Amino acid sequence: MTSTNTELKVIGQQLPDLLLTAHHHMCPGCGEPLALRGCLESISDLGLSQRTIAVAGIGCYTSFSMTTDLDLVQALHGRAPSVATGVKRMLPDSIVYTLQGDGDMVNEGLQEVLHAAARGENITCVLLNNGVFGETGGHMTATTVLGQRTKNSLEGRDPTYHGFPILIGDLIAQLEGAAYVARGSVHNAGSVARTAKMFRRAFEVQMRGEGFSFVEVLTMCPTGWFIPTIEGPQYMQDTLGEVHIMGELKVDGVIHTTDELHAQNVLKAAEMEKALARGGIDT
Amino acid sequence: MKLMEGSEAIAEAAIAAGCRFFAGYPMTPFTELLEHFAKRLPDEGGVCINAESELEAAGMAWGALATGARAATGSTGQGLSLMQESFSEITLAELPLVIFNMARGQQDYYQSTRGGGHGDYRHIVLAPMDIPEAVELTQLAFHLADKWRNPVLVYGDYLLAHTHEAVDVNPIVFDGALPEKDWALDGSLGGTGQSRLVSPLGFEKSGRESPGIEAHLRRISAKHAEISATEVRVESGYCDDAETVIVAFGPPGKFVRYVVAQLRAEGEKVGYVRPITLWPFPTEAVAAAADGATRVGVFELCAGQMIDDVRLGVLGRAPVVGIGGISTDASGFGVGPLLDVEIIRERVFALHRDLPLPSLPDNDRSF
Ligand SMILES: Cc1ncc(C[n+]2csc(CCOP(=O)(O)OP(=O)(O)O)c2C)c(N)n1
Ligand code: SF4
Ligand SMILES: [Mg+2]
Repeated sequence: MTSTNTELKVIGQQLPDLLLTAHHHMCPGCGEPLALRGCLESISDLGLSQRTIAVAGIGCYTSFSMTTDLDLVQALHGRAPSVATGVKRMLPDSIVYTLQGDGDMVNEGLQEVLHAAARGENITCVLLNNGVFGETGGHMTATTVLGQRTKNSLEGRDPTYHGFPILIGDLIAQLEGAAYVARGSVHNAGSVARTAKMFRRAFEVQMRGEGFSFVEVLTMCPTGWFIPTIEGPQYMQDTLGEVHIMGELKVDGVIHTTDELHAQNVLKAAEMEKALARGGIDT
Repeated sequence: MKLMEGSEAIAEAAIAAGCRFFAGYPMTPFTELLEHFAKRLPDEGGVCINAESELEAAGMAWGALATGARAATGSTGQGLSLMQESFSEITLAELPLVIFNMARGQQDYYQSTRGGGHGDYRHIVLAPMDIPEAVELTQLAFHLADKWRNPVLVYGDYLLAHTHEAVDVNPIVFDGALPEKDWALDGSLGGTGQSRLVSPLGFEKSGRESPGIEAHLRRISAKHAEISATEVRVESGYCDDAETVIVAFGPPGKFVRYVVAQLRAEGEKVGYVRPITLWPFPTEAVAAAADGATRVGVFELCAGQMIDDVRLGVLGRAPVVGIGGISTDASGFGVGPLLDVEIIRERVFALHRDLPLPSLPDNDRSF
């Protein structure tokens, strides 16, 4: 597509309200700043900036603790949901969310997030899922998909040796206290827009006091995946994206499993193929 | 005056001190403290969470503290072992946590005063000898935690937790204004460029002057030196002309005080030192008592932990001998046969007369 808009904006002018600076320490091609933007913009769009408290875990995204313009508690690796619980119980009118990675949430702190969800704790947990410990240099986590190469699964994750990945959204969706569960991604513009809506819904659920809400975002980590920066989005789609499938896993009490989302995608792809074979897509 | 179990009195004292958040996980002999908080805090507009693990209990208290609330957690030493990562980092985040250890005996002296956690951190440790003192020191714990923005641990045990005594729990007003909690988060400053950060890492928000981790750690360490110089609390008696000085803390310290008073009445030149703060340790009081003494005994219900600090205080002025030991009930949770006036008296007397120490009484019950 060619753009006719010649007045290109520089990034500095598009700084989200809730970021103190556009500078960050992330690698080129990292997906985490994109996910952060989606999260912060929805808070600001919903008018929640002056009643929100963030709780950060430990991973590459920890550097956002210094650049995010929200009251923020820096928690330990894996422990953000319990810290967020303490905050929320003391300040029930505030909006409280955690920002965690797959290593933080699904490895180190799995029971924290599950219990917070089971309790129906009225907080939002945000998971930046890149299938690796990015910060330590690209090691296998509980969400690393089968066949994925990491520094401690050099020939690819082998289920007979390394075990199977956890689909965390499905686990959480099963819990009665979980009111909203969604899995987004930032590997292309469409996904970024869809993920922004998920953030919005999650915070709306919290505003209405309906219980625990959860947004997982698949984020590129070219460094931890040992691939050229430019290949990040495609690699994401072909590996993590094939297993941790994007979509809403629980809305208004109705659960849609990752298997169902997968089946829907297969169906859509088949329809698309048929339509293409017919010579075009009906709109 | 009201007849109360120690656990209840301590919970009431915490509430009187303004504690409005508690999280814990059941474990003997700490369980009743959790039960009393669970029963009482909701009436006071507070919250008590039966956390799913000790790790989460520490995390929840951390979150509550970050909002400026007075908050506490606790367990026995075993449960506190699980919380140590948080305790270290809460100290570096300078949050005023109060921790209750309803310990199994006095085996957690090292854990409390040296820490089972990582890094250069210190907790103020208060060791009450009985329930009235626990009521006072519990309230002092919240005061000191706020004064220094540093965790304070109250060292209790089975006896304190489970003995019933008639006590008054009245709020105590301590001297000196407390610093304002201008660091506490309420969410109101988002998007203003003035938002706050509660973090153990020593970094400030972008664009503000940031000490960095090294300077942050040095500042906290300097604070600990100041606490160490100013917050020592100790009781001692009959030490001026004592030939034998016994050092003991907590309820065993009360037993020793009684035994020493008895022996004094009989003309024996014995004295005692009872550390009330285990950290900072009353090194100078121990040194002063050891000056001119012929021997120093340490009575503690463990294999010998506080004896290290006593030796550092005595610093070669006199030989230091452990006269306590491991002693538990059959369950391992409660009081063993060593905590007995007659038996302690025999041991103090043997030390005083340079006689061989009687062997430790055995707990002959078994499962
Ligand atoms: C208790 C503890 N164990 C290990 C670490 C070391 N550590 C720091 S970040 C990290 C991995 C973070 O992975 P993830 O949460 O997926 O974040 P990412 O870096 O991928 O964004 C680990 C293991 C730690 N900080 N604390
Ligand atoms: S290692 Fe991965 S997650 Fe960390 S900054 Fe680099 S690309 Fe991002
Ligand atoms: Mg990761």
